[in-house]
Amino acid sequence: MQLVQQILFIIISGISIYLFAQKVGEIRRNIMLGRKEDLTDNPGQRWKNMALLALGQKKMFKRPIPAILHLFVYAGFIIINIEILEIILDGITGQHRMFAPLLGSFYSVLIGCFEILAVLVLAGCAIFLARRNIVKTPRLVQSELDGWPKNDANLILILEIVLMTLFLAMNTADLVLQERGAEHYTVTGSFWITGMFTGLFSGLPDGTLIAIERGGWWLHIVGVFFFMNYLPYSKHFHIIVSFPNAYYMRLKKQGEMKNMPEIQNEVLYMMEPDKAPTDAAPAEPQRFGAKDVMDLSWKNLMDAYACTECGRCTAMCPANITGKKLSPRKIMMDTRDRLEEVGANINKNKEFVEDGKTLVHDYITVEELRACTSCQACVEACPVSIDPLNIIYQLRRYLIMEESNSPEEWNLMFGNVENNMAPWKFSPDERDRWAQEMSQA
Amino acid sequence: MTIKSMAEYAANGEMPEVLFWVGCAGSFDQRAQKITKAFAQILDKVGVKFAILGKEEMCTGDPARRAGNEFLFQMMAYNNIQTLNGYGIKKIVTACPHCFNIFKNEYPALGGNYEVIHHTTFLQQLINDGRVRLKESGEFKGKKITYHDSCYLGRGNNIYEAPREVLQALDVELVEMKRCRTNGLCCGAGGAQMFKEEEKGNTRINFERSEEALETGANIIAANCPFCTTMLTDGVKNKEKEDDVKVLDIAEMVARSLAD
Repeated sequence: MQLVQQILFIIISGISIYLFAQKVGEIRRNIMLGRKEDLTDNPGQRWKNMALLALGQKKMFKRPIPAILHLFVYAGFIIINIEILEIILDGITGQHRMFAPLLGSFYSVLIGCFEILAVLVLAGCAIFLARRNIVKTPRLVQSELDGWPKNDANLILILEIVLMTLFLAMNTADLVLQERGAEHYTVTGSFWITGMFTGLFSGLPDGTLIAIERGGWWLHIVGVFFFMNYLPYSKHFHIIVSFPNAYYMRLKKQGEMKNMPEIQNEVLYMMEPDKAPTDAAPAEPQRFGAKDVMDLSWKNLMDAYACTECGRCTAMCPANITGKKLSPRKIMMDTRDRLEEVGANINKNKEFVEDGKTLVHDYITVEELRACTSCQACVEACPVSIDPLNIIYQLRRYLIMEESNSPEEWNLMFGNVENNMAPWKFSPDERDRWAQEMSQA
Repeated sequence: MTIKSMAEYAANGEMPEVLFWVGCAGSFDQRAQKITKAFAQILDKVGVKFAILGKEEMCTGDPARRAGNEFLFQMMAYNNIQTLNGYGIKKIVTACPHCFNIFKNEYPALGGNYEVIHHTTFLQQLINDGRVRLKESGEFKGKKITYHDSCYLGRGNNIYEAPREVLQALDVELVEMKRCRTNGLCCGAGGAQMFKEEEKGNTRINFERSEEALETGANIIAANCPFCTTMLTDGVKNKEKEDDVKVLDIAEMVARSLAD
């Protein structure tokens, strides 16, 4: 029986890890479909950003209550994973609580700490569920979350609650079995939380307790493997991607819009033809701006996978606040959805086969793009360094430069800038009239 | 007073201390012209040797770039950089955060490298250096004033304190809006929105922001950007509060408080 459990465990973990690695590889390939962008300068600052923003969750604390609850869940998740290490080693070797003899009396303190964290995770997730489904915090119930995104969020929270409950049930049953001196159950001393609940199980026969303990153990670890494989399909993938995302964030001032050297050079060669390279092969025609996900930078695409749809960006967006269609969160969700679609297309056809769809128009509408004031509130708000504005800018460039898709008022403005050197229809000769007025006064 | 152009300085073989980049709004918009004049008056009064480009100044290309028209932006930038580098300009002060941002962050990649300073920071330095001297009890002393962070000075370039320090020097009672500093709400003009109708929604962004400013109970909304000034003025008018509440640029407030 023991050997069967061991073999089963090794098979399940092997398959889980293989599937997870395969999916992560696919996501990595999807991200690399984006255009090149060098974001490796200043590694010192980058490590610091990763430590502060991803590990330290610095920006989360702009909203203290969700930040503290999130910290419980996050710390619980990371630290309780140490316990997973023991579970995995037990599973492979067929031992039970193999760290207990090594750590002595410290073992029960350690498990006690895990249990406290487990309770905090439980409480955090329960409150999060309430915020989404009962309190209906505005940014968590907006229309772009209808359907799968809402279910995804709830499923993750429920799954975490189940995992923590199983962990605590397993420990409680274990303690009762230890007290009874059941074979195979190493005596560890009582645990802080479950030690208080042994009374619940004391009336149960050994067999039932073993079933609860073993069932808890198995469901817990299988749940963890399921969770791991669910992650890459879920918004919850942020627990992994936010780390590289914080590392590779743009280190420029938020106000800076990325230059387009190809257009800079075109203007230069037009103004100073002698500077144009004569022998250079004609450059490969590249689309101006972005029409689809492949036209975006790889960092834009990683941003999409780092997004956990918390909506802090949208809650701060002046366009969204005043009822416009633009939602920076939706920009990120659309980018990921389209990229996933392109990825599935590649999986099926070996390479991308034109499907008649694009990120602009089919996912993100012109109306949304037109509503942006470039105020950078979304960039500032994101706890994991996502830059929705960067995508908006590139889609706008495509609309104007490739589709000549511009509101009439902007065409007038462009014409004025070009002809009168000001966005309004004033004569350039009038530019210093204020100064003449002052001189005459 | 005479305001000299860069061409006049160059003709005399002289260099000003700083070039005052007026910007399109500051040059042509009637409301913004008052800000320009106020700032020029301060510079003149305290003896800062400054020049303007006059008719040689052109739009920086910012609204074109934000709208997506990179060609037009690059054309404008090319011409401006030719002019500025031709005169050997080292230092630029401007009363427009959009011009400030594009000079500071986006022209360097195109060969335009200057020390760029926003007029609120410049005023703060002039006050700290004792060059700008303010009246002991100016008209803003003790007045309830709220300050609107412009996006391109605030979030865009992390300048939150300099304008507030100028207000403190004026001895005002500064009341912050709920959304201020990094959380400041846009006036609605950025990203070339100034030049088009807003998209369909429940309300206008400038109405939303102006209401928030009015809720502070301040009599003056201090701004640092000609576009914000226009948007907020319209928002105040929408609430029919224009007789009680004024939107002023920080330069206008300083100009009115200069010691004799």
